[in-house]
Amino acid sequence: MSFQPARRQALVVALAISLSSWAGFAGAAELKLKNVSYDPTRELYADYNAAFSKYWQEKTGDTVTVDQSHGGSGKQARALLDGLDGDVATLALGYDLDSLAEKGDLLPKNWQTLLPDNSTPYTSTIVFLVRKGNPKAIKDWPDLARDGVEVVTPNPKTSGGARWNYLAAWGYALKQPGGNEETAKAFVKKIFDNVRVLDTGARGSTTTFTQREVGDVLITWENEAYLVLNELGKDDYEIVTPSLSILAEPPVAVVKKYADQHGTAELAKAYLEYLYSPVGQDIVGKHYFRPRNPEALKKYQTQFGKVTLFTLQEVFGDWAKAQQTHFSDGGTFDQIKIVQGLKLN
Amino acid sequence: MSGMVGGIQAYRGSEVYELSPATREPQWARLTILGLSLLFFAIFLLMPLLAVFVEALRKGWEVYWQAITNPDTGAAIRLTLLAAAIAIPLNVVFGVAAAWCISKFEFRGKQLLITLIDLPFSVSPVVAGLVYVLVFGAHGWLGEWLSEHNIKIIFAVPGIVLATIFVTFPFVARELIPLMQAQGTDAEEAAVSLGASGWQTFWRVTLPSIKWGLLYGVILCNARAMGEFGAVSVVSGHLRGQTTTLPLHVEILYNEYQFAAAFAVASLLALLALVTLGIKLFIEWRSA
Repeated sequence: MSFQPARRQALVVALAISLSSWAGFAGAAELKLKNVSYDPTRELYADYNAAFSKYWQEKTGDTVTVDQSHGGSGKQARALLDGLDGDVATLALGYDLDSLAEKGDLLPKNWQTLLPDNSTPYTSTIVFLVRKGNPKAIKDWPDLARDGVEVVTPNPKTSGGARWNYLAAWGYALKQPGGNEETAKAFVKKIFDNVRVLDTGARGSTTTFTQREVGDVLITWENEAYLVLNELGKDDYEIVTPSLSILAEPPVAVVKKYADQHGTAELAKAYLEYLYSPVGQDIVGKHYFRPRNPEALKKYQTQFGKVTLFTLQEVFGDWAKAQQTHFSDGGTFDQIKIVQGLKLN
Repeated sequence: MSGMVGGIQAYRGSEVYELSPATREPQWARLTILGLSLLFFAIFLLMPLLAVFVEALRKGWEVYWQAITNPDTGAAIRLTLLAAAIAIPLNVVFGVAAAWCISKFEFRGKQLLITLIDLPFSVSPVVAGLVYVLVFGAHGWLGEWLSEHNIKIIFAVPGIVLATIFVTFPFVARELIPLMQAQGTDAEEAAVSLGASGWQTFWRVTLPSIKWGLLYGVILCNARAMGEFGAVSVVSGHLRGQTTTLPLHVEILYNEYQFAAAFAVASLLALLALVTLGIKLFIEWRSA
């Protein structure tokens, strides 16, 4: 009988401990974020999400799971407009985020000024992937316009990457001696005459080139080309970096409307800001995107080929203008395709 | 019993037919036709099926096992089963009701009803998906009302279930209508004239005579529900582990260069098809 109070005490202590641990558990929330992204960032964000969860748990004790959705950039923008409620959009080009602001009021029109470096924490460029030994001796853009070279690229109407491909070729032709809009159009047309398959997204084109073994050269994102080399074998493919290409700037933004609905605006912002941190920039470089941070860029610079880069702004003004001139109905891409159609008939 | 007698008669009939020189093909013609059809069968049906399993096991059992026990695969399996589990009962109720109406009664607009039931067969699944986006999407007819009330249909589980119901809509009804039309209304009329109520007639007379046809329709409906890609792809939003069904999960894995895993999950679907085929054979055998 004498040990009963002690026993009772022990019981109370145990209860208190279990209560406090339960309270501690309840205090650490389980948070969710949705990241709607484009095709070739699958591996990047798989890595980055794990790193961010770890960082956020250490900082706040809350656990974050990030759900990913991937597809062609234009298609993903369409899905966001139709109601896919991503907290953040990490797409291939500024035009797609502009359309979210204009057509759907999903984010403020000045989204590009809300994060550093025009809201693009990483950049990339457009390069060529060829078969081992480079049997068609492809060195630079003019080789893609040669007779007898089969080219694979996604469709600029649906794929952000393909629009960068198209503008890179156009810019290259413009910057040649005597280059003007007419010579550029003729040059890009010759390249598209050589296109055998137009897939809807960058990843689709890659599988066409690698798995179905169609074509001599794939025009693609630099990061996608290096990923292929690592995933599918250095023995089968080579990367050819052209002398001149475009600085591709894939932007990121908080989708304000949906994040506000979910009450995750703060978390979404922190998620994107962490991309600029040393950890984020290192992951970016590891996945063959070009980091913005000078130190990280220096570390990873050597893995990329030498290329002179021009920006979209210096050659085409801005995305709205480039989109209007080249990819809207009746734009230069349609004109090229129509001429091609007539030739077939 | 009557089935057996019919079978024997049919067998004798074919024997007589084959013995007659006028209808007998030369040996080489028979072998050629048989050989061609077997070759076609092997190249277009058997080889792809084998390829799925060979590719799935290319990196060994361990990779295969990891692929099908992955949490995202588990979520895809659960979502696929959920969509089928909702679509099938609805289709059974609707299909039986529609077939009952169409085959046992005469009314105006019957042809129109039959055409409407067939609509999901004639519409491309992608269009079916887009229709739901146009109605329930953020800019669709009901989009604003839904978002005000915080109800999510498109890019969430309800959208996937709706799309599945749409594409599987005709299966049960299409299976039952010809069967019930062939059976006619004699048995039901006899039951009613003997004093049975409507429900009694349905449960005791109609249902027992259509049960095998109904099961067959359910099997086909189930196969389509689990295998549907196009319509579901449009409304899914492709959120890993949340709104991906098995066919969509296969696509994602394939796009991530996880070829062995993609084929491993595809082999689950192929196995499902084989099980379906087995049950179908069983039903045909039982109902014969």
